[in-house]
Order: sequence, then C-alpha cells, then structure tokens
Amino acid sequence: MRVAYLDPPLERSPGGGCRRVDRGRPGRYDGRVAQPISEDEVAHVARLARLELSQAELEQYTSQLAQVLEHAADIEALEIEGVPPTAHPFPLVNVLREDVPRPCLDRDEVLAQAPDVDQDRFRIPRILGEAP
Amino acid sequence: MSGTGPEGWEVVIGLEVHCELRTRTKLFCGCPNVFGDEPNTNVCPVCLGLPGSLPVLNREAVELALRIGRALHCRVQSSVFHRKNYFYPDMPKDFQISQYDVPVNADGWLELPSGKRVGIERAHMEEDTGKTTHVGGGGRIHEATFSLVDYNRAGVPLVEIVSAPDLRGADEAREYVEELRAVLVATGASDGKMEEGSLRVDCNVSVRPEGTTELGTRCEIKNMNSLRSLSRAVAYEAARQVEVLTSGARVVQETRHWDEADGRTHAMRSKEEAFDYRYFPEPDLVTLSPSDEWISAVEAALPVLPAERRRRVAEASGEAPGSEAVSTVVRLDLDDLVMAASSAGADAGLALRRLANEVAGALADAGRVSLDPAAFVELVRMEQDGELTPAQARRVLKELVAVGGAPRDIAGRLGLRSLGSDQLSSVVEQVVTDNPREWERFAGGDDKLVGFFVGKVKAATGGNADLRAATELLRGRRSQSGPSTT
Repeated sequence: MRVAYLDPPLERSPGGGCRRVDRGRPGRYDGRVAQPISEDEVAHVARLARLELSQAELEQYTSQLAQVLEHAADIEALEIEGVPPTAHPFPLVNVLREDVPRPCLDRDEVLAQAPDVDQDRFRIPRILGEAP
Repeated sequence: MSGTGPEGWEVVIGLEVHCELRTRTKLFCGCPNVFGDEPNTNVCPVCLGLPGSLPVLNREAVELALRIGRALHCRVQSSVFHRKNYFYPDMPKDFQISQYDVPVNADGWLELPSGKRVGIERAHMEEDTGKTTHVGGGGRIHEATFSLVDYNRAGVPLVEIVSAPDLRGADEAREYVEELRAVLVATGASDGKMEEGSLRVDCNVSVRPEGTTELGTRCEIKNMNSLRSLSRAVAYEAARQVEVLTSGARVVQETRHWDEADGRTHAMRSKEEAFDYRYFPEPDLVTLSPSDEWISAVEAALPVLPAERRRRVAEASGEAPGSEAVSTVVRLDLDDLVMAASSAGADAGLALRRLANEVAGALADAGRVSLDPAAFVELVRMEQDGELTPAQARRVLKELVAVGGAPRDIAGRLGLRSLGSDQLSSVVEQVVTDNPREWERFAGGDDKLVGFFVGKVKAATGGNADLRAATELLRGRRSQSGPSTT
C-alpha cells in the first residue's frame, strides 16, 4: 500500500518562529524521532487492543504507523515553550450537567444483550488475574 | 506486632483511598448513585459503554471533589480527563475515565491528631467500576468457576486521594484513614461507610533499615475492607518484606491481594502488559476549569474540620490537641459541649474529662445519647463549685444522659449533695478525735493511714463527701499539728 506524501517538515527559524522547509523530496523521515516504531511494538499494541494481525497486516501497519510518527517529528521541531498543551480542539470548558436522575434502561432489555445471564447479572468466564 | 513495625526496620507507607461521592447520580450519566439496589437496574447506554453514547460531567460531583481538595489544602487546577484503557469485565467500555497527568487537586496535606502533617500528592476524579462476584472456590478469584457482574456501580463518581509515602507503621496508617474519613464525612462528600465500599483503601508498603533515607521497593496491597484488615495487612506485609531482605533476596515490586481468612498477602500474577494503560485525553469531555469564584464559594462553605476542632477544644480546656481526650470528644462530635462550657465560663477541662470518659462510655453502650448543653454546663458548674463530689457528679451525669432533666433536680431526687466545707471539717475533726492512736501514727509519718481516715469520713457521710477534699484536710491538719516527728 502506498502512503501519501506528508507536508514538508517544519523547522525552527532563528527568530523562534516556524517555517516550512523545502527539502526537495517532501515528507521523508529526517531522523528527529529517535526510534521509528518496530514490528514488535506494533504487535504489542495490537495485543493490548485485542487485535489479531496477520504478518502482512503487521508489516503494513508498522509502515503506516511510522508515517504517522514522522508527522509527530514535524511537531517536535516546533518552538512550543510557553504554549499550553491542547486537551481538546473545542474552545470550551466546564460542560456540566445538573445532578438530576434520569430514567435507566429496562433490565430485561439490558440483560438480553449479554452472552450469558445468572442471578440478574452478566455471567462471564472465570477471570485470570485481578482487575488491573 | 506493634504498630511501628519490625525492630531495626522502618515501615514506609503511602495510601490510596477511593472515596465514592454522595451524589444523586453517576459521574457522567443520570443513573442513580445508590448502594444496594437490584443488580443492573441503574444502567444506561453511557455507563454500559454502548456505541454513540456521550458522557457529560456531573456538577455536584465536581463540587464535592473541590470540597475534598480544599479540605485537604490542595491546589485546585484546570484539569483534564483521560481514558485509562484495559480489558476487564468490570468496565463495559473497556476503559475507565480518570484523570492522569493533570488532576483537579494537587499538593495538599492532612493533619493527624498527633499533629503530624501527611502530604497529599493528588485527589483526582474518576468513575467507579462495576462489581464482580466470583462464584465457586470460596469466592477466591483464582479458584472461581465463573464470575457475575453488576454494573450499577459502574460510573459512580469517585475521588482517589493519594498520600505521599509519609506514613510510618500500621498504627499511623490507620490514624490517617480515620482522620481522612472524618474530613470526608464532615465535608459531606462521603458517607464514610467502609463496609459498603464507600471508602476503599489500597496501600503501598516498603521497608528500610532504620536510620536510612532511601525508599525500599514497594508492594501495593489491595482488598482490605476494614481498618482492622489494613493494620493486619500492613503488619504482615512489612514482616514478609523484612524476611525477604534479611534472607538476602530482593523485594519484587508487585500488587498483592490481602486474604482476610488466612491473614496473608498473596501475589496476583498478571501479565505485565495489563498495566500498559495507554492513557490519552478523553475526546468526549472538555477541560474542567473551576472559576476562582466557585473555588472560593466552596471554601467559604466548608465546615470547621476536625484538626481545627481539636485545636479549639485544646485551647479551651488546656489539654494538648493530640491528647486522647481531645481526639475522643471530636471524633464523637461532643466537642460543642466543651465549647459550651467554655463560653459559659465553666471549667472546660472538667467538661472535657466528663465527656471523654462518662459520656463517651454511655455512647459506646447506647449507640447514641442526647445531652442538653445547658444542663451539662450546669452540672459541670455544680461539680466545679463543690456542690457535688466527683462521684456524685458522675451519678447525676449518668441520669442526665439516660433520662434528661435539670441536674439540680436530679441531685435532689437522688439525695446527692456534697457536704459544705464547714461540715466536712467537723466530720474530719470527729474521726480524728475518735481514733487517737491511728492519728498519732499518721501524724508520726505513717502515710498509709490516710486511707483509713478517708474511709472513716466516707462511712460517716454516707458517700456525700468530696474525698479528695477530705484527704487535703487530713494532710493539712497533720502539717499544722506541729513537728511531731523529724
């Protein structure tokens, strides 16, 4: 699979601002991210997310994720001292609701979604290990 | 084992206390926050993690979190919610919404009755998980044949309070939890019911040779559901770690499960990757940034907290703030009576003693007592003025606590009245005259005989004499009777 070219990387100017740098061949990884992602790391993340990947998929995603990290390298090059981290793209804070009860779902309807039910609870296979 | 730990070793403890907030609804949805309802009745698409549902933060939960933060002298800051990702059936979403690098409250402290200040690293907001019940194998997780899940608790608002590793030994850990519980209850944030899981304590324990300052490798202990379990678990774990270290081995950093039945902690084997939570900012929630006005209003509405109440009682009574009597009356909410005595100009120290001993005892027996402040202060005055002997005052107090009424009426009804000092003097004269040989020996230096004379006074007055005053009279009479010896 072919990955689209990224924009040229940003580079810090002597004045502290940012400007696009034309390197002739745009979007290549320039080594500023210390370690490109390895196949092992991708396999680890896939395991955590309970995704089963074939070898071909593993290779494909490793290459795609490397491209994403290259994009992060662009951001690393920015002068961000004094810039607060963005927690959310919307310029909103304190979206709150009043502490007022609302109707719940019908239990029979809820439990009908469960693979197995016992004593009005979700019945699940025996758990190995504790709650993390 | 003593509360201070194995000899030659220092036990270092940091506690994580999860406190369920007393809101009407859950943290991110309108499902009722009620303990003990029928399983899986307080659930909706949000807390079941159904696709397309969106969380909205509960204002009252924030209010209570701010109260906790300010009561613990924390800095309240703009904070962000994160997703903590893990696969476990107690969370149907497969992540828990928590706070990670920017908690709402940071860097506070809690003052213990001993006067020690314990650092609070953070007190952040998060949602509770569902409740799993392990069936078969005596309820033990590894031996269970299957598990059952009730999601009523999933999404209930929590504040997790993380202490610095400032605690030394099981007793201090317990003192901290008791004090923290009192603060949480006083602020109205928590009902403080450990037995219902409203307060849950995890404990980080390490040991180091006494006199050293470097922290040892710690273990986290979970599953303690009472203060007693906490003390036992800390004591067991500290002894275990000392044994590991003295045998030349190393303590492995791990989570251990307290087993109440066998009185030991057990390592929980989990795959290492289970703890790779891949936190990232919750995209469905925006920054929580309480205004200065909100924080000031919360602060202004805080009740007087236990540490301050102890200080007030100590100042009024002349006792030390860390004394047993002072902490007892504050713990039992009897301190207003000390203050009532003090502001009425009665002997607050005497009031404190009667409350910490007799009234606390009556409370322990009866579960609750009602005591009219004016009547109590009146009784303190009667004892203070010598109208009642200490024994008589205790008797009247017992009646006052049991049935109420006016102390003077009770004393009259029971025929209790201390002898006036003139009468007491003449009784003392009488018993001395009646027992000349004993008096000679007493006057000659045989101090044991004071008991003999006091007994005679007691018998002669039918118990209505202040025996301490009688003792003073006897000693005074001896020193005035001249240098018959030495």
